[in-house]
Amino acid sequence: MTRKLLTGNGAAAWGARLALTDYIPAFPITPQTEIIEDLSIWIDKGEMDARMVTLESEHSMITAAGSAASSGVRVFTATSSQGLLHGMEMVYTVAGWRTPFVMINVSRGMSSPITLESDHNDIMAARDSGFLQIHCATCQEITDSVLMAYRLAEHKEIRVPAIVNLDGFYLSFTREPVDLPDAEKAAAFVGEFDPENLQFKGSAPLSQAMAVLGGGPYSYFRYEAHLAVQHALSVYDEIADEFADTFGRRYDIIDNYQMDDAEYVFVMLGSFATKAHNAVDSLRKAGWKVGLARLRIFRPFPKEKIRQLLKGRRAVAVIDQNISMGMGGVLHSEFATALYGMKDAPAVLASFIGGLGGRDISQQEFFEMINEIKQASDKGESLEPRLLYTENELTEIRKLQAIAHAEHEEIHQQRDG
Amino acid sequence: MIEGTPVHFHRMKDMPSSHLLGTGTPMCAGCGGLETLHNMYDILGEKTVFVNAAGCMTLLSVYPFTPFRGGWLYTSMASAPAGAQGVRDAMDIMIKKKKLPEDENMEVVVVTGDGSAYGMGMSATSGAMDRNLNFIYLCYDNEGYGNTGQQYSAATPHAAITSTSKGSHGYPGFKKDLFSIWAAHHPAYVATIIGAEPLDLAKKIEKLQGMTGPRMLISLAPCPTGWDYDPQLSVEIGHLAVQTGVWPLKEYINGKVTHTKIPKQRKPVEEYLKLQGRFKHLFYPQRDEQGIAEIQARIDAYWDNVTE
Repeated sequence: MTRKLLTGNGAAAWGARLALTDYIPAFPITPQTEIIEDLSIWIDKGEMDARMVTLESEHSMITAAGSAASSGVRVFTATSSQGLLHGMEMVYTVAGWRTPFVMINVSRGMSSPITLESDHNDIMAARDSGFLQIHCATCQEITDSVLMAYRLAEHKEIRVPAIVNLDGFYLSFTREPVDLPDAEKAAAFVGEFDPENLQFKGSAPLSQAMAVLGGGPYSYFRYEAHLAVQHALSVYDEIADEFADTFGRRYDIIDNYQMDDAEYVFVMLGSFATKAHNAVDSLRKAGWKVGLARLRIFRPFPKEKIRQLLKGRRAVAVIDQNISMGMGGVLHSEFATALYGMKDAPAVLASFIGGLGGRDISQQEFFEMINEIKQASDKGESLEPRLLYTENELTEIRKLQAIAHAEHEEIHQQRDG
Repeated sequence: MIEGTPVHFHRMKDMPSSHLLGTGTPMCAGCGGLETLHNMYDILGEKTVFVNAAGCMTLLSVYPFTPFRGGWLYTSMASAPAGAQGVRDAMDIMIKKKKLPEDENMEVVVVTGDGSAYGMGMSATSGAMDRNLNFIYLCYDNEGYGNTGQQYSAATPHAAITSTSKGSHGYPGFKKDLFSIWAAHHPAYVATIIGAEPLDLAKKIEKLQGMTGPRMLISLAPCPTGWDYDPQLSVEIGHLAVQTGVWPLKEYINGKVTHTKIPKQRKPVEEYLKLQGRFKHLFYPQRDEQGIAEIQARIDAYWDNVTE
């Protein structure tokens, strides 16, 4: 085991290296690019026995990832935001091929307006595709999750691709100490890729990804994929146990903090959970029974675990770093679905949208969220969804709008005068 | 073709007598694209993975049936060459890492229609050539989005009636010169072919089998349903496409374009046009002398510059 100071991107690249990836179709996009740069340097130096090919788009990149994995090699790739959505046709397609490989998504807000900074609308767009989704909150978790993702994706009862998600900037460019698993132990943990029937060879005719006629066969194959993805929940627990035994670090499907006696709960995904973690500490010191539940596995959705975890709690604040236009937070809807009709479900399941496009969620905001759900719970009321935004932010945007307006006027006057 | 048999295609009797592609496919009667694929497959042999883009040929392999004796992978409309990249790279890696014996290697062949090749798939095709991917690409060109009912595409010729150019003058645009666009990438090989000239086609397949890198083929694919003619005329229309000079048979190697079949005396283009319903407006209710003359003039101008 070696301890290194790594960015989230560096940690992702190490995951691919330790998993003995054979093939890396690539395409640069901020904030992911450092991953493929690291890998290309290792390949050029001969430190990694893999081939990397830069495609001309993410659509092609994901196609090549799927077709190579369908031809028998272990594949790793990485993208972000616009790239993930440019390749979205193939995200769905290769998942339907039941072809296992691992793709990193470095979360970044979707255009428009175009931005480089982080939120989860990109990864939410892949929600229904058939990819597994593991969401990370620390650099250590990224390396470890890549190794576990290969085990999960390649498991013979699952056989679908997996996305390991990390937040742009907050994780991609933040250095943290990472205990790198020993190379031999990592190789033994991940094991050889057994392509089973996914392999073209001269002596064995094989058609893959064929068309179907009619809803009967189509529904059958879609249901099969759904059941396989769902099955990943129980398989994950076995893999997590083995990972803990081998490397001494345990990663549960839901990462719980101070949940034992918590009456008020934050629910969220990704690296902003470390901010909520701090807020929980402060609130606990002030005597509030607050906890944090961070979903690590978002697909498959751990519905039963959520029901057990939230049963009997007084109020829950679901924080979404995404926005479904005309509906609100995606995670909130999913939690509402999971808890609907459950006896002793929390009376308040409130939706807070924040952290879009790299916007911070301050400690003060975490305190206020808890205060609001507590008050609603005390009064027996429900709470309207909130879009987090401060007075100060509103003042700043008004200033920008005033400048834009003045510029516009000036150009008009020049043209007319 | 039986493995190891020396092949030199000089005459029709040199052509393979056994046929590999299964029968009973859902392609239309008289499909010119299928004719080309038949001829190619007999020479390429069983150790071939076809990587397909959305188009008519996607319906060749419908679960649980396939006419192929080797591999098949459907990708999407835009990314078949990228699919070929992944398959080729994976096989090379597996051979190098001794996970696949060399005699299990297969030729990777992209099969797309003109809708993909001339438009949506062009970026992926260009990329595959940039990377010098070792593959074969067959575009079966029926000059329109045939699988959706023959709307015009960038491959549609001037004046053709399609289901989105039904006006009295047909399609106002001009067929894009994909051969030159491909050749500008300087791949190992580019050729035009047609199923109705199997000997020319066979010679070209044999030639490209001895090469590595991108080997690019565009086959004109007479299309009874899209071009509106009786299926039994497919071969005749194919012959006329060559004899009138509408479809020049040529190849590009090492920076040089050579015509493989220069018609000694070109037939008038109207002999080709008048057999097809899509050009009927040039002849009925009255002859459009100017329209026909313009089409003839463009063909003549092309051949005026051809010396070899």
